[in-house]
Amino acid sequence: MQSIHLAWIDYVVLLAYVGFVVGIGWMLARYMKTSSDFLTSARSIPTWVTGLAFISANLGALELVGMAASGAKYGIVQANFYWIGAIPAMIFLAVFMMPFYYGSKARSVPEYLKMRFDERVRALNSVAFAVMTIFASGISMNALAKLLNQLLGWNYNVALWVCSGVVLIYVLKGGLTSAIYTEVLQFFMIVLGFAPVVYLGLKDVGGWHAMNHSLQAVATNPAALYLKPAGITYAPDAWTSAWTPVLAGPANNPMGVDWFALIFGLGFVLSFGYWCTNFLVVQRAMAAKNMTAARNTPLVAAVPKMLFPFLVIVPGMIAAALCTMPDKGYRIPPPILSEATYDKAIDAVKAANPADAPAAVTALGSVLGTKVDAEKIASLVAANAGGRLTDAQIKQGVYNSIAENDYDGVILSLVKKYCPPGLLGLALTALLASFMSGMAGNVTAFNTVFTYDLYQAYFAPGRSDRHYFLTGKVITVVGIVLSIGAAYFASMYNNCMDIIQLVFGFVNAPLFATFLLGMFWKRTTGTGAFLGLFGGIGGSTLFHALTIAQGNVPGIKGGYLKVLQVFPSEMAQNFWLAAFAFVVCFTLTLVISLATARTKSDDELKGLVYSLTPKIVDTNQPWYRRPAIVGILLLIVCAALNLIFW
Amino acid sequence: MGLDIRWPIGLMFTLIGVLLTGFGVVKAGDSMSLGININLVWGIVLLVFGVLMLVGAVRGGKNPPSA
Repeated sequence: MQSIHLAWIDYVVLLAYVGFVVGIGWMLARYMKTSSDFLTSARSIPTWVTGLAFISANLGALELVGMAASGAKYGIVQANFYWIGAIPAMIFLAVFMMPFYYGSKARSVPEYLKMRFDERVRALNSVAFAVMTIFASGISMNALAKLLNQLLGWNYNVALWVCSGVVLIYVLKGGLTSAIYTEVLQFFMIVLGFAPVVYLGLKDVGGWHAMNHSLQAVATNPAALYLKPAGITYAPDAWTSAWTPVLAGPANNPMGVDWFALIFGLGFVLSFGYWCTNFLVVQRAMAAKNMTAARNTPLVAAVPKMLFPFLVIVPGMIAAALCTMPDKGYRIPPPILSEATYDKAIDAVKAANPADAPAAVTALGSVLGTKVDAEKIASLVAANAGGRLTDAQIKQGVYNSIAENDYDGVILSLVKKYCPPGLLGLALTALLASFMSGMAGNVTAFNTVFTYDLYQAYFAPGRSDRHYFLTGKVITVVGIVLSIGAAYFASMYNNCMDIIQLVFGFVNAPLFATFLLGMFWKRTTGTGAFLGLFGGIGGSTLFHALTIAQGNVPGIKGGYLKVLQVFPSEMAQNFWLAAFAFVVCFTLTLVISLATARTKSDDELKGLVYSLTPKIVDTNQPWYRRPAIVGILLLIVCAALNLIFW
Repeated sequence: MGLDIRWPIGLMFTLIGVLLTGFGVVKAGDSMSLGININLVWGIVLLVFGVLMLVGAVRGGKNPPSA
């Protein structure tokens, strides 16, 4: 994609945003007096603020770039990440799990594990979480720097360091409170920045029904968009129905998943593992001012979350629909190639003999280093016979002939297509806001876990609060520097979504089994939890080493020990991996717990285990503040969405 | 914490709303997308949102909600 020229108005909007987020950090700095203020916000924030921060912290690169990419690749099936995934898990967290997190007075999820089990479980969880957080943060930052590089022609390294610098300033100044407050601002920025792009895109394709109609053509011939290899075809509703294609089996939906993997792997294991145990999001609820506010935080978050597919997945569907309309002159962006490569390709087209199309195809394929569309190359060379085309026309022809897609570029290509100066600045700022919110979320979770669960627990216990306050600040800087390292690492991969899912599969899938047994079965022992967790992580790693997705070569994508099972897609491999890890961890924890003696008495587990904790009486609250009632209402709405898009 | 987040949100969107609306009026020719002056339209939406946030902040400041 050619880079976009920003007008002064765009820079003004961008600078206004940066000014306000840094300003929030500055305003809050004077309230930062103890490590608890800095790392846990001293439990003082109102519900709607923690609720919006709850989803905003998760609304990083993953959400905007990855979901639009998946919207083009898989269509509305991707909405299952929300409607069968996030929403039920968020409601479960609010109704059943939040009382233990908040009521136990733990400062972090690993600290809860220490209270419930022992130090070993905490150490394992906090180390795994710290590593994963840095990795996730790196992926987000890499996406940001790549975006700024492609879109504005900024230097990748400068973009990476400058944006990290902004996040560093406001997190270092105002700690978790600053991250949470800016996340709320970023939430509105993202919604209000992208809504007009979605609106204009839908208008351009002729509205919702016209988009769905065009997507039928995509489903019956996805090879025309280079979405799938030639010859693969789906039912016309494969891109526009969330459940029918999945129920029809993995060969009948572009995601290549079956209903069991989707419901058990994604809906139960991965989503509950992420939303109910990941400290990054749970931390937002734990910063709430009281128990009711803490429990309502995920419920407040669930309302916009439910509607997010229309903001983040629909753009990808719009992009796929646009490709079927020749008069729109749009394609899903191909991999980014340098101007020098395009110049060479233009020369190759000029040098090609129109009578020998296969030779021209081979020549362009080797110059571009990508798959090329033989038909389009042949017609381009024929059209240029006798040098009739200008360089710009040839370049456009070459661009259209690249038979590969860079799905991460989908969202940017739409912003570029529809946004005039002004709105462009707003949409770009929204993208920046999403990346910053994701990164700040990771950094604030990392510094808390590192300071309280690793540093204070194992390296320097019993120091003054001032000491931990300063440590928290130093760790914030360290976390950001490590994230930058992870960003360079992540820059080697294309679709960040699959990698993130994979990592979550290794670390989070077994974790939910531990929490489920720990919170709801008092007999679960520390040894059982520890070995079960270890076994679960080991099990998922082994599973990955022994299975592979169709079309992948053994290696980083799995199957490096031996290929015992081939899955129809990477997504299916990830979902099954999660399901496997969960079952391994659950079984091991159960069996080992029964074989070992309890080390904690009923009294010690009060407030930590369901059956030993007095039920929260909230009948004196109005119905809209009672998590069980609101949760059921939200589930009904969520079920309705599933049915509407069945 | 002593800061009501509605202040910065309200101020920022009011500012950006004014900027986009102004740009849409002065440079109407540069603001068109699919035949709509999108800067003007969306600028007004942002402005309304920003002002509503500020109204909430002002009212919240007078009557702080009980914890």
